[in-house]
Amino acid sequence: MGNTINAIIKKYNGDETRLMDILLDVQTELGFINDWTVEQISKSLDIPQVEILQTLSFYHFFHREPRGKYTIYLNDSVVSNFYGKEEIKKVFEEELGIKTGQVTPDGLIGLFETACIGMSDQEPAALINEHPFPSLTPDKVKNIVKLMKEKKSIEDIKGNKYGEGNNSHYLMRSLVNNNIREKGAVIFSDYTPGEAVKKIVKELSSTDVIEELKKSYLRGRGGAGFPTGLKWEIARKAKGDIKYIFCNADEGEPGTFKDRVILTELPKLVFEGMIIAGYAVGAKYGILYLRNEYRYMKNYLEHVLQEMREEGLLGSFINGKKGFDFDIRIQCGAGAYVCGEESALIESAEGKRGEPRDRPPFPVESGYLNKPTVVNNVETFCTAVKIILNGAEWYNKMGTKESKGTKVLSISGDCERPGIYELEWGFSVNDILKKAGAKTQDVLAVQVGGPSGNCISEKEFNRILAYEDLSTGGSLIIISKKRDLIKDVVLNFQHFFKEESCGSCVPCRTLTVIYEKIIKKIVDGKGTKSDIDNLLSWAAFMKNNRCGLGQTAANPTISTIKNFRQLYEEKVKGNIELFNPDFDENSAIKDYMEVVNKK
Amino acid sequence: MPNKKKIIATTSLAGCFGCHMSFLDIDERILDLIELVEFNKSPINDIKKFTKHCDIGIIEGGCCNDENVHVLKEFRKNCDILISLGECAIMGGLPALRNGIPLSECLEEAYLNGPTVKDANPRKIIPNDPDIPKILNKVYPCHEIVKIDYFLPGCPPRADLIWNALYALVVGNEMLIPYEVLKYD
Repeated sequence: MGNTINAIIKKYNGDETRLMDILLDVQTELGFINDWTVEQISKSLDIPQVEILQTLSFYHFFHREPRGKYTIYLNDSVVSNFYGKEEIKKVFEEELGIKTGQVTPDGLIGLFETACIGMSDQEPAALINEHPFPSLTPDKVKNIVKLMKEKKSIEDIKGNKYGEGNNSHYLMRSLVNNNIREKGAVIFSDYTPGEAVKKIVKELSSTDVIEELKKSYLRGRGGAGFPTGLKWEIARKAKGDIKYIFCNADEGEPGTFKDRVILTELPKLVFEGMIIAGYAVGAKYGILYLRNEYRYMKNYLEHVLQEMREEGLLGSFINGKKGFDFDIRIQCGAGAYVCGEESALIESAEGKRGEPRDRPPFPVESGYLNKPTVVNNVETFCTAVKIILNGAEWYNKMGTKESKGTKVLSISGDCERPGIYELEWGFSVNDILKKAGAKTQDVLAVQVGGPSGNCISEKEFNRILAYEDLSTGGSLIIISKKRDLIKDVVLNFQHFFKEESCGSCVPCRTLTVIYEKIIKKIVDGKGTKSDIDNLLSWAAFMKNNRCGLGQTAANPTISTIKNFRQLYEEKVKGNIELFNPDFDENSAIKDYMEVVNKK
Repeated sequence: MPNKKKIIATTSLAGCFGCHMSFLDIDERILDLIELVEFNKSPINDIKKFTKHCDIGIIEGGCCNDENVHVLKEFRKNCDILISLGECAIMGGLPALRNGIPLSECLEEAYLNGPTVKDANPRKIIPNDPDIPKILNKVYPCHEIVKIDYFLPGCPPRADLIWNALYALVVGNEMLIPYEVLKYD
């Protein structure tokens, strides 16, 4: 085992900033990372054990005790629950004879839950040894458990009904479907890899590229909407000999899965965008930060990178141009939503806990390894390529005044056609409901932009999706009237934020716990009217958190109280304000009675 | 006097009486206070039972046993305004350090296994007389049991903070909160 660990560390040249990769590889080899392993890694890297432990304990896919030869992570997202996750969980538990959170006594199979794995268009889904198993049914689960008990390989368990497109590529062999419902003019239009790189080498200087992007008004597609051209320009002007381009594929916002599909079908478009960014900024290194849930794509993506090296699109002298050197590596995460925040993502890529940094300095000035770093969303890089190919003018003809071009949307929830829709900016929520096959009269609410976004009611279905009106990173979850909004959606989201808070800022660390607790209390019919008022008033404290996660972590509650207050009031109706209905004296003295009666 | 005096009640639940001591640190202002208010049930005057409805109830300490709960509920019934005074009332304070440990372990350590008791309790008795209060599974802050209207933080809250708050409540002014009375270093 010591040799295995040393070999892995050698692979990464004993570089402690590659601790994430080292831990991921060690866990893949040994199954788990115990104290002994930590000690070995600490000795080999010559860093204190505590530095390894703090990274190890931060990410929920790392574990310090065995979780089975087969490890099942059942998706606990809202949409997964809509589509019958509880039943699937019950069948798993019955077939395995264990509870969720346990491993079978023979150590063969472990059953756990995890937050959204980016399969909201094909729920309920699970990851088994990092391979996605979407659209689970009780029969499928029984068969999977049977094959696991027969100790079949994961390939045998998957079977051969692979998804369409590159999902069936021999290096992926995934059961996932793309569900591309509508292709737009930017991302999913015709594309020949390498053309944009050829064009810049021939015709455009690095400042030309930035000017073109600025003219296009392209704004970041991760949700915050920062102008991309400006970001690249600042990074270009930033002092530093070494600069980095990061692609943020840590798509953790529940209900979002567009990056999964783009990376599956158009990886070269993403990588070409990174190359162009490298050219514009003067960076020679690119890193794709891939969320652990998408690690099943890693071999395939590595293969694509290798192809691009062979085609002369990566490496030195790109397209024969002297000084145009750029290469990309893939950095996998290990399960942490907060790593989607750019500075947390950088910390994570440096092998540390994914805690957001204080800003300023911004990553464009001091990012990865304290060098100027551009972090952009998968979709942003793709869009940049098309703008370079077709020009800012072409791009500006699409969309609205402040939102140019198209947006790739992840539509899920209670509708007939969940999946990926690339639409020109300026569509209303009603348009989307129609396209996705959801009847407006059946829809209670739409969660726009994931839990950190906004939960809107019928009154706002005519609002326009655009940076100037209803801004979104692209996820819409449709919630029908048959759902109990507070129980099925808000409680799940508040639980999610409690789990995913990095714990650095006090309001986020404590209030995420309290929000979940009070929502649970209201769901249990024990809330009071002042609970509702308190939930609203505490939101002000959340604005003091350092990062976007913390600042928006109360949004599921706040936006539903604002838009669906009557649902809350129905649940607290009749409860007396002066004496907390949630406190039950008999159950509070139960432990004591058991102790004294035992004697 | 044109206005009727406000009536105040106080109690110490799972606290150390430090908050009451701090209350007494208002020093000579107690003479001003007594012009403004009348005390009912309180350890200060040793009135054990409510004899009339009160305007303001001041609670020190959280709830660690069922008697604390009963007293707190009685205060809620008999007072228009309840104030949680100090860390223990607001968050459970030091007694709540046991909240992470199962109650059975706490009691066994306190009565059976602790170094000072293990030879002194040969019959291995954990006190269970029906007359003594029953210990709760954890220490609760007061607002988790009844509605609390105001919170005065500190361990203990400074006399000036208590005075300012009471004075403001009694005369109906806005409360003064200068930085000095809310800093804790």
